[in-house]
Amino acid sequence: MPAPNAAAVPVTADHGSATWRLIKAESKLCLRDKVAPLWGVGFPLIVLIILGAIPTLREPVEGGGGLTYFDFYVPVLILFNLAILATAALPITLAGYRESGVLRRLRTTPIGPARVLTAQLVASFAIALVAMILFLAVAGLGFGVDLPRNPFGFAVAWLLAAAALLSIGLLITALAPGRGPASAIGTVLFFPLMFFAGLWVPIPQMPPVLQTISYYTPLGAGMRAFQDAYQGNFPSILPLVILTAYAAGCSLIAVRWFRWE
Amino acid sequence: MPPVIEVRNLHKRYEDKVAVDDVSLTVQEGEIFGILGPNGAGKTTTVECIEGLRTPDRGEITVLGLDPLRDRAELTRRLGVQLQAGQLPERLQVAEALELYSSFYPQPADWRALMHGLGLADKAKTRYAKLSGGQKQRLSIALALVGNPKVAILDELTTGLDPQARRDTWDLIEGVRSRGVTILLVTHFMEEAERLCDRLALIDAGRVVTVDTPAGLTERARIEQRIQFRPSAPLDDRLLTSLSDVSSVTRRGELVVVTGNDNALNAVTAVLARNQIVAHRLRVEQASLEDAFVQLTGKRLDPH
Repeated sequence: MPAPNAAAVPVTADHGSATWRLIKAESKLCLRDKVAPLWGVGFPLIVLIILGAIPTLREPVEGGGGLTYFDFYVPVLILFNLAILATAALPITLAGYRESGVLRRLRTTPIGPARVLTAQLVASFAIALVAMILFLAVAGLGFGVDLPRNPFGFAVAWLLAAAALLSIGLLITALAPGRGPASAIGTVLFFPLMFFAGLWVPIPQMPPVLQTISYYTPLGAGMRAFQDAYQGNFPSILPLVILTAYAAGCSLIAVRWFRWE
Repeated sequence: MPPVIEVRNLHKRYEDKVAVDDVSLTVQEGEIFGILGPNGAGKTTTVECIEGLRTPDRGEITVLGLDPLRDRAELTRRLGVQLQAGQLPERLQVAEALELYSSFYPQPADWRALMHGLGLADKAKTRYAKLSGGQKQRLSIALALVGNPKVAILDELTTGLDPQARRDTWDLIEGVRSRGVTILLVTHFMEEAERLCDRLALIDAGRVVTVDTPAGLTERARIEQRIQFRPSAPLDDRLLTSLSDVSSVTRRGELVVVTGNDNALNAVTAVLARNQIVAHRLRVEQASLEDAFVQLTGKRLDPH
């Protein structure tokens, strides 16, 4: 084996380009991983198409402000995508990085491990953004579901929901000692989160006690904000405050408890 | 010239266990300095403190004049580190990893040349998870060198490599050193230490037993030479036992086995010549670094 010619190639690498490369690499890795594209995007998309083909779901939900069952499922599935990314894809990847020493290796480079966290968050966010646009487009073009009548209100609600959910993902990463526990915590969290988003029973049909609880869960608050936006209003302040509180609270605890090794 | 790495009275404990008791060492520019010792001797903790990955409880460390904790950002640009346990994302390909990591440094090495030099070119598109242990190890060495560092710390450089790959890696490290890179090498392979290191620190139970060249260490251990031969004519043992440089003479079948100090061989051959005896099948066993280690620490290195 010849000794390599590893002479210096003077390249002025600024950290901006390194961060960008890291984001590209992490996005590529997210796509190569099965969780985000299959469970986070493919599965809810198929559910959306199947539900769209069921005529009885086109009837208005009692107490749903004129929205049909199917109208309700579009934002529910958008939240489903966020929930998969936040409770499965993100924490399992990051806890795995910590467990196998990926973060440790990064600590020895000028980049440091915090930037790989940023890159993962950006990658998850990008996937979620693409999924949200895709779901809205399929529901609109394929099944004639109107876009939210207050698009700006919808965008604000989605951004806050994404922030709240990704913070929960970071919190799971911070608290779970390894990949296995991260996956377990994520799975246990996923079902109640989705229940209160109305995956099985639309929120307006829940008993009042459950509706109240739902309003204070991240996805329930997200649904409430989405519903306002669909009906043409800017979301009311309470669900937005609740989402912001989850985002800030979970990030703070995650940062406080995060361990690189 | 100031030393490249200077460690003074390093002490580090984990809860109730002292990992490093009192370690001091200096590494000069351009040398390959080895840290040799059995498992659990405190080798890895010592280098992790030098790398700034751990905070020492006591002691002072400077690397290239920098404090590993205070000047972390600057140090990481000039120090290449190969970790014992530091993997990559499973789905990241070899070439992607090298290109990505080279983008982290202000003046990186040519990652393609490194990939070729470490025999990874035909694995460029292979995912990390699909690499063999030896290939992962070589990639890890490449990543330690991709930033074109002034100093490289290599922990268990060739563990997990087959003998050929190990020799290739030694050639590579000698090549890296010839370009002026100072290398701190952690190892428990005697052969590796003997082959590569200019100087060695023997570490045992968290303390430096001694620092010397490999040859100096074997000499210092004062291990006797063993001379073995078949005399061409009958030989009276007393001719040899009377020599001051010889400590024992034994017979093994028709072979004579003589032990003694460094000078024993000269003394024995002189006596044989004077008596016109020819030494057939003459063999001299030199003390190895392994013997020296056992002598100096009273312990064996863990068999790998």
